Amino acid sequence: MTNVTLQNVTKRFKDLTALKDISFAIEDAEFFVLLGPTGAGKTTTLRVIAGLEKQDEGHVLFDNEVVDALMPADRDIAFVFQQYSLYPTMTVYDNLAFPLRSPMRKTPEDKIKARIEDTAKKLHLSHLLQRKTAKLSGGEMQRVSIGRAIVREPRVFLMDEPLSNLDAKLRESLRVEIQHLQRTQGSTTLFVTHDQVEALTMADRIAVLNEGKIVQTGTPDDIYDRPATMFVAGLIGSPSINLLNASRDNGTLHIDNSPIHLPWEMHMEKVPPSFVLGVRPEDVAPNSDGEFGGEVMLIEPLGVETILHIKSGDQTLLSTVSGMTHWKMGEAIRFNIIREHLHFFERSSRNRIAVKRNE
Amino acid sequence: MANIELKQVEKKFGDVYAVKPVDLTINSGEFVVLLGPSGCGKTTTLRMISGLESVSGGKIFLDGRHVTWLAPSERDIAFVFQFFALYPHMTAYENIAFPLQAEGEDKAAVTKRVDDVVELLQIKHLLEMRPGKLSGGDRQRVALARALVRRPSAFLMDEPLGALDADFRERMRAEIKQLHIDQEATTVYVTHDQIEAMAMGDRIVVMSDAEVQQVGTPAEVYYDPVNLFVARFIGSPGMNLTHGHFRDGAVNFSAESKYVPPDSWQNVLNAGLPDTGEVIAGFRPEAAEINDNGQLTGEVYASELYGAYTMLHVLVNEEDIVHIRSDRLVRHPIGTTVRFDLDPEMVRFFNPTTELAISQR
Repeated sequence: MTNVTLQNVTKRFKDLTALKDISFAIEDAEFFVLLGPTGAGKTTTLRVIAGLEKQDEGHVLFDNEVVDALMPADRDIAFVFQQYSLYPTMTVYDNLAFPLRSPMRKTPEDKIKARIEDTAKKLHLSHLLQRKTAKLSGGEMQRVSIGRAIVREPRVFLMDEPLSNLDAKLRESLRVEIQHLQRTQGSTTLFVTHDQVEALTMADRIAVLNEGKIVQTGTPDDIYDRPATMFVAGLIGSPSINLLNASRDNGTLHIDNSPIHLPWEMHMEKVPPSFVLGVRPEDVAPNSDGEFGGEVMLIEPLGVETILHIKSGDQTLLSTVSGMTHWKMGEAIRFNIIREHLHFFERSSRNRIAVKRNE
Repeated sequence: MANIELKQVEKKFGDVYAVKPVDLTINSGEFVVLLGPSGCGKTTTLRMISGLESVSGGKIFLDGRHVTWLAPSERDIAFVFQFFALYPHMTAYENIAFPLQAEGEDKAAVTKRVDDVVELLQIKHLLEMRPGKLSGGDRQRVALARALVRRPSAFLMDEPLGALDADFRERMRAEIKQLHIDQEATTVYVTHDQIEAMAMGDRIVVMSDAEVQQVGTPAEVYYDPVNLFVARFIGSPGMNLTHGHFRDGAVNFSAESKYVPPDSWQNVLNAGLPDTGEVIAGFRPEAAEINDNGQLTGEVYASELYGAYTMLHVLVNEEDIVHIRSDRLVRHPIGTTVRFDLDPEMVRFFNPTTELAISQR
């Protein structure tokens, strides 16, 4: 397929700058996710790549060639939207055949048949081919939409929140299907979402967008383990990271308003006397011999894991543990804080402070 | 607070059941969640408890008092909806105080009660604002405050978090539960979101097709679902349900995958399965463990990073993908073969014909 590059793209709508100097490169066959809250500029970025919006500055390149002047139809892109735009009176087969029968392509019918059968198999639609799309469930319709996009083997797939309208169970299973399809087909895909779970679970790389700017680009591991700002730290991970005001003196970290004092050996030069400490919930680890004490305020069993709200002094920390648990509300609990994964942020700039531990 | 009792309560529209007869006792101070997909009858059940919907049969008791035919206002129950019904022209304070003023409470008492609930919900800074100026979460807090201020004998909540985005929903979920613990208010809470039900409920009533499927604690519906519907519906992802054949004391999922249930299951399976030996084994993602010498095997279909762990999706036979909660740092590329074992304590069995769990007792 194709690699896609954005070079310093800026887009304005009257007084509003929707995109500010956006640059990234999606590699051939990569699954690239744009993640951000509503209004961050995700969909505008997608529309600029598709040619549906013209950027005010910067360039869009496909395979290292500038495509700024190409019309959307000439960019050879396939779109999957949140709202499935299928022809309700046509069968699934005819919906899938539609892009191939376009006068621009004029694919022979026997070739169309082979392509549709192949696509239907991948998306578990074979038994539905003769059904009218109006008779399908939401999940089936979205699978047909995806099928219609992949049937013609475009250069790039653009997916704009394709799972948002589906219920949780369907979303889960389609997420797995889309990932499997993308990895086995090797199709260059840009996937837009506001859902951090979709970004973490599906992406090769994620670009986090906020207020028209890219805050961080990296693999899911990078973004989870080394969030560049407090915004990214809070956006990624469920339940959210604990962000705690803290201070330090010689060799000890103090979490404000709590009895938590962490003996700490490391290069501290870059850390100001007071800062924000980020602790992922799985790094607050209950242990009968734990260093710190607290009280279980609330228990939220989710099945595969349980969230404990632990009060220590005036601070409440979230902790996640695997499976269902035996703790009771109001019980005393001891816990450790896993040192390896602590995050340090500057209070005013809210940026990450890089800290190396002494080994 | 009050207990709520439903005796053979049902709702019919013509010949069609919206809710088949329900027997349910909600204890004083308990948080009970009515959970199910849309159209399962959970909201109709809630509305019958409130009096907004009449029953077609059966009786409802509030603290032993027969209330089946009483008007909603005579039942001393507060309702919180998904869509915050606040008066747009009133400030948050006026909205909260309104139900008390309407009941003719004197001014000092109103102020005191509003202050208490404002303190509890920590919304003092919002009091002078009108609803139009508030965020979705803050509007829902004000709506909650208005329901709380009356100190009713029970709360009924219909998807109160449904309209909020994920981050807020998580926070409000914890807030409502904390509030419940502080107030010990009997609460009936309707949701289609099984995560909310698990996180909040003392007990969960799982409904489907107008019928109660199971009533149990989160641990009961999670580990011991009574049928395939509950097994699939509860959990994210749902329970692994793998088709196999029980033959010579072992469950065969494929030519290469064989699981031998402990002795305690052997007779039960012999007695409880159809003659063909067809069986569905059910286990949660954390009951499976990747192990190079494991008895079971399959091909990696997809792998999802969740942050604290990785969910591995493994194709074990032509029809079944098994979800395995695995270590986040170990990577298994798509298409590779993995082996795994199951924790025998956590494996359940279902009859594929009846779709019911096979009981060990």
